[in-house]
Amino acid sequence: MKKTFDCIVCPMSCHLEVTKQKDDIQVRGNSCLKGAAFARQEMIEPMRMLTTTIRIEHAIYPLLPVITSRNVPKAKLFAIMEACKHVCVSAPVHVNDVIVKNIADSGADLLASRSMERRI
Amino acid sequence: MKQVDMIIIGGGSAGMSAAIAAKEAGIDNILILERKEELGGILQQCIHNGFGLQTFHEELSGPMYAQRFIDQIHAYRIPYRLCSDVVWIDERLRVQYVNAEEGYVWVQAKTILLACGCYERNRGAISIPGKRLPGVYTAGSAQRFLNLENILVGKNIFILGSGDIGLIMARRMTLEGANVLGVAEIMPYSNGLNRNIVQCLKDFAIPLYLSHTIVDIQGDFHVERVVIAQVDEHRNILPKTQKSFAVDTLLLSIGLLPEMSLADHLDMEMDSKSKGAKVNAHYETSIPHIYACGNALHVHDIVDFVSMEAHEAALCAVQDIKGQYHRQKQFSTQAGSGISYVLPHSVDAQPSQNITLCVRSIRPYKQVMINIRTGDRIIKTITKRYLLPSEMERIILKPSDIGILEESLIVEVKES
Repeated sequence: MKKTFDCIVCPMSCHLEVTKQKDDIQVRGNSCLKGAAFARQEMIEPMRMLTTTIRIEHAIYPLLPVITSRNVPKAKLFAIMEACKHVCVSAPVHVNDVIVKNIADSGADLLASRSMERRI
Repeated sequence: MKQVDMIIIGGGSAGMSAAIAAKEAGIDNILILERKEELGGILQQCIHNGFGLQTFHEELSGPMYAQRFIDQIHAYRIPYRLCSDVVWIDERLRVQYVNAEEGYVWVQAKTILLACGCYERNRGAISIPGKRLPGVYTAGSAQRFLNLENILVGKNIFILGSGDIGLIMARRMTLEGANVLGVAEIMPYSNGLNRNIVQCLKDFAIPLYLSHTIVDIQGDFHVERVVIAQVDEHRNILPKTQKSFAVDTLLLSIGLLPEMSLADHLDMEMDSKSKGAKVNAHYETSIPHIYACGNALHVHDIVDFVSMEAHEAALCAVQDIKGQYHRQKQFSTQAGSGISYVLPHSVDAQPSQNITLCVRSIRPYKQVMINIRTGDRIIKTITKRYLLPSEMERIILKPSDIGILEESLIVEVKES
């Protein structure tokens, strides 16, 4: 199997060519080790951070920004978004508070991205 | 009239960083004036991550980055006013602001720091043809609606301009269930970071149309359709290249401009390229004791640099307050070949402190050198593997690098 990616590790934007034969992964076109690691991970399972919002009551805005505690599989992004729709918290909230553990079975916790005081 | 040592206009990333720096340098009589209902500025709506790599060596979200500064402001008990619009500043360093509780208030400052950020270019700035219909938003407005106020402005979206805010919004609206049909960019290369092209467009199979622009906006009572066409290297529209998209919303991500309208009536020297004020290496504008920093001075691509610049600017203003700032003969800085602008606009003839030069290239380069010279004397040479217009370059010059200047400082790109 052969795939090409644009490296996103730094602005050099190396054009990476990855070939996979059984468990052996070869990377070409990279200028650094970080690029090779990125290409390998993209080949096995692309991982991304997810940031979104959930409902919050009694705060300055109706939404609380949230972030996953670590990279999650790209294929799970929409499942996590769906899970977030059903979450509602009440202020006060403190930055880095765990809002949902292991959200949508992604292996990552959903964290509060800021503090919000109780307003009403 | 209330007397204040330092008035900081804007409580965003620049204003908060400046206030913290001033406080740590021993200035207590500070006042931050913030127009919105909370501190943090634009970071509060930038919920994506990638902030803070330079400052904290972590990838934080915008609100997380802001939170660290807000907590520090509170810990230091630095005074600030929210929902307070500054309506007037003058050469005598008087500031007038207005809010619902105090009404109109005059304050006499010793120094004023302009940290009021930037605003988005809108439809009028690029004269898009077509009907004046509802459904056209700047990307940042749509971002505020979605991330703070829970309003998704449309279901079928087209985006003009490949700036980072547009790309981030393409992903954000897709995740929230909207259908983003494409992004058009008039230049032959993207204006956004490559990681955003990959993570925001390619991940969701959103097409990027380079060398394309919008030629028509159609509909009866609301946007129903946008038409794009390809352009040649002189930005002339090529015939028979039109593509039509059925959308209800057009987002514009076509650049940012420093918000300097408070200085409109002042005789302040402005830079036609950066669109901000001209400053010396102390971040002082052409009006003594008025300083500028952050996006109000020139638009940054990384918030960490905004914080660093504001920190430096505040320390310069602190020297001014303490009577330790001795104005010297100035020599101008000049953007040589390959460079679009250089900041600061002038430097002391014999600098006593490090000088941070901020430069942007005119076009993308690979494997080049940046030379800083005065006359024939090369002061510093830096080799760069890449140079992009979308990524500002920061070059630090030591007093020993510069020595004594006898003519202007020129920054130029040399291709090897």
